[in-house]
Amino acid sequence: MATKIGVAASSPGDEKPKASLTKEEVMRYSRHLIMPEVGMDGQLKLKQAKVLCIGTGGLGAPLGLYLAAAGVGRIGLVDFDVVDSTNLQRQVLFGTSDVGRPKITAAADRLRNLNPDIQIDTFETHLSSENALDIMKDYDIVVDGTDNFPTRYLVNDACVILGKPNVYGSIFRFEGQITIFGYPDGPCYRCLYPEPPPPGLVPSCAEGGVLGVLPGIVGTIQAAETLKLIIGKGDPLVGRLLLFDALAMKFRELKLRKNPDCPVCGTHPTQTKLIDYAEFCGIRGEEAPVTATNLPEITPRDLKARLDRGDDLYILDVREPHEYQICNLNGHLIPLGELASRVNELDSSREIVAHCRSGKRSADAVQFLQKAGFRKIWNLKGGILAWSDEVDPSVPKY
Amino acid sequence: MAVKVIIPTPLRAYAGKQESVEVQAKTVAEALTALTGTFGELRRHLFSDDGRLRSFVNVYVNDEDIRYLQKDQTQVREGDTISIVPSIAGGARA
Repeated sequence: MATKIGVAASSPGDEKPKASLTKEEVMRYSRHLIMPEVGMDGQLKLKQAKVLCIGTGGLGAPLGLYLAAAGVGRIGLVDFDVVDSTNLQRQVLFGTSDVGRPKITAAADRLRNLNPDIQIDTFETHLSSENALDIMKDYDIVVDGTDNFPTRYLVNDACVILGKPNVYGSIFRFEGQITIFGYPDGPCYRCLYPEPPPPGLVPSCAEGGVLGVLPGIVGTIQAAETLKLIIGKGDPLVGRLLLFDALAMKFRELKLRKNPDCPVCGTHPTQTKLIDYAEFCGIRGEEAPVTATNLPEITPRDLKARLDRGDDLYILDVREPHEYQICNLNGHLIPLGELASRVNELDSSREIVAHCRSGKRSADAVQFLQKAGFRKIWNLKGGILAWSDEVDPSVPKY
Repeated sequence: MAVKVIIPTPLRAYAGKQESVEVQAKTVAEALTALTGTFGELRRHLFSDDGRLRSFVNVYVNDEDIRYLQKDQTQVREGDTISIVPSIAGGARA
């Protein structure tokens, strides 16, 4: 029978059962208990806290680990994805033996092993306008570790509607942003960014890459902020946007203000319900059609057929030099960012096929060249990834 | 006034890979015009077709959001830092 040691101070009329720590828990959290900033009171607050972690990937990994280690009594995990080998460069909750398993199961196993005394709730589902309020309502704090704009706006709006703080973190390559939205009198995500970028204009990790440690650092900062909110100590990042640059190893801070005209959290909110976020972000259906409907395209098979026939085609590769080193179609490399200044290297009288990794950057290139007057220009549909799938499987995918 | 404009990572490819650019300007508008004058590709990422700053891009002078100052007419002083901060979400393919 576990021996109860500490008892939470409760207010008169408090109906919650008094929380306490077992002797084993006192041992486990001793490094917290001997700190005046945490102490028994703080540790009991952690034990009674309920935190919902949305996403168990790059940001969710350190977040889940440190919240579980700290003894947060109830942790909810939301993720519908499956572990794959490209995750293991940064998603340190998982191991090689987890590849192919649902992330939520692998995450719960790992966290329960770290701390068997806490409650882990799993939601193997896509967070949506239909389920978000229901899933979130039982938790005190929500931590946003997601990887796409529609979900970020959904989480933000749901947190404002439910009155819950939203510990936000986001990353790109080697830069991160962290703040806390949804605090009373504090800004929300919409105060900062009223509208999302149209699909295709801001690269994602899959396109831009990410330094593996970066979500590790940002997610750990999110965990730190969450713990501070629970124990009520220190200065939380409310109204402060922390910017981190891992390459320069610099932190900067910008002021975030609540927008009194914010449609969601302002003084006269016009949006009081959750909306269709895919539509809000300009995405219709499964795949965002980044290419314009009249963009000339060529499939890998057709390209191969034309090359085999001996057609004189100029292959323009708009990727970066480090990608060319991974694999290439012997194309002429002009990275997309340099195309405008190097366009005079191209001969508009020749037939040009532009390609990149998946077909998005090359679509941009084709649109740009069309505006520059090029008429014999095609986008390789699906990029070098599709070439590997359909024509030459020896070409590595990355 | 010499001011430093910090270029966020997602836009560095369009600014000659530089992380910051020094420009001469008296207001934010002048600074951004000078910047996009040198780096034409940046223009469509910062401004929509009607010439307005895109809503997913925020601009700060030192640590203050220009929307709460005088917007693009916010004056800048020698040594001020202008930060361009676009929204980023990480992760999934768009």
